[in-house]
Amino acid sequence: MIGLYVPGRSLVHRAPAVVKLGMLAAAVVTITLLREPWQLAVAAAAIAALFAVARVPPRAAARQIVPVLWLLAVAVPVQAFFGGWTAAVMMGGRVAASVALAALFTLTTQVSAVLDACVTLLAPFRRWVDADRVGLVLALTIRCVPLTADIVREVLEARRARGAQGSIMALAVPVIVRSLQSADELGDALIARGFDD
Amino acid sequence: MSVIEFSGVTHAYGEREVLRGIDLVLTEHRIGIVGANGSGKSTLARMVNGLVKPDRGTVSVDGLDVARNGREVRRQVGFVFTNPDSQIVMPTVAEDVAFTLRRRGLSKADVAARVADALERFGLAAHADHPAHRLSGGQKQLLALAAVLVAEPSLVVADEPTTLLDARNARRISELLDALPQQVIVVTHQLELLEGFDRVVVIEAGEVVADGSPDTALGIYRSLIA
Repeated sequence: MIGLYVPGRSLVHRAPAVVKLGMLAAAVVTITLLREPWQLAVAAAAIAALFAVARVPPRAAARQIVPVLWLLAVAVPVQAFFGGWTAAVMMGGRVAASVALAALFTLTTQVSAVLDACVTLLAPFRRWVDADRVGLVLALTIRCVPLTADIVREVLEARRARGAQGSIMALAVPVIVRSLQSADELGDALIARGFDD
Repeated sequence: MSVIEFSGVTHAYGEREVLRGIDLVLTEHRIGIVGANGSGKSTLARMVNGLVKPDRGTVSVDGLDVARNGREVRRQVGFVFTNPDSQIVMPTVAEDVAFTLRRRGLSKADVAARVADALERFGLAAHADHPAHRLSGGQKQLLALAAVLVAEPSLVVADEPTTLLDARNARRISELLDALPQQVIVVTHQLELLEGFDRVVVIEAGEVVADGSPDTALGIYRSLIA
């Protein structure tokens, strides 16, 4: 979800994240229950229509879906060998359609909206779960991915500059130390921004 | 302007004492704090919004003891860190600015309006939906400043806000801080940042060694580092 959001004002973009999550879950269950290839074709057409409504650039959509197709390029022939081509096509179609729907959700929903949706969904469990805190943990987890990637990149560059390419220790120690420092600084920033409980 | 009072403040990290009996009353509009690395200036600044608590003595803002009323004080004191990467919490620029207002009880429309206003003011409107981690260093510091100022604090504390920036971005941040109507405390090594400030405090080895107009205080600081 980092940097994948495609800004827009379409109906798909404007739909509440909770509704989109519910529809995504229902659609994936329905797709899993489909039994005939023509039913899958109808589902694929509906998903393509949703992408068109959302005006997601084809390249952005492809970046999400194509990696899964590589996996299916291996899995479908194996399934065909054991269960026949119809079963293989149905399996591949179900996976591709589900991934496409999940990608549509990711591409049209901001992280803050997903967090709000989590808070809403966890509201009935307020007595046992601090929904706001769960949302914050999710946000920080997502935020830490590029932060850690930057740390690893810089340490790898420093390791290369010092001629210690092969050393695992020269990678692990500074990455762990800097990650802990960053976590400490992020904690201070959260306190400074009012998240001090 | 707020009244920030340090009274007999002492602080140590383990065995190393970084502040020794600091007594200061800060009431000016623009205040600079300078000192060598490890002199205690950042610790002093962090005490203003309770990120660091004194071992002895008290720090208060408008009569509120920061150690006891941290949350109330932090609602009026914004803090800008040296490294904006540490301050950015949310994935996109607009979401990060909005994050500051998350617990303020504002309507979504109010939050959106205030975020749009802050992004416009800091020249980030075109980047609203962009991933925050892909901004340049200067833009990240602008974002950090926008995320602080969107909450409309009455006092802004900036801990070496230009240290990681090139000259052009450092000047931009300096001009923005200069133009703020809020009271501003800037901790810095870059002495040109303090031109036109009302007061400069020089910290050396945990003690105040000079305190006064920029000309006087920075003159003493220059002689210390010469």
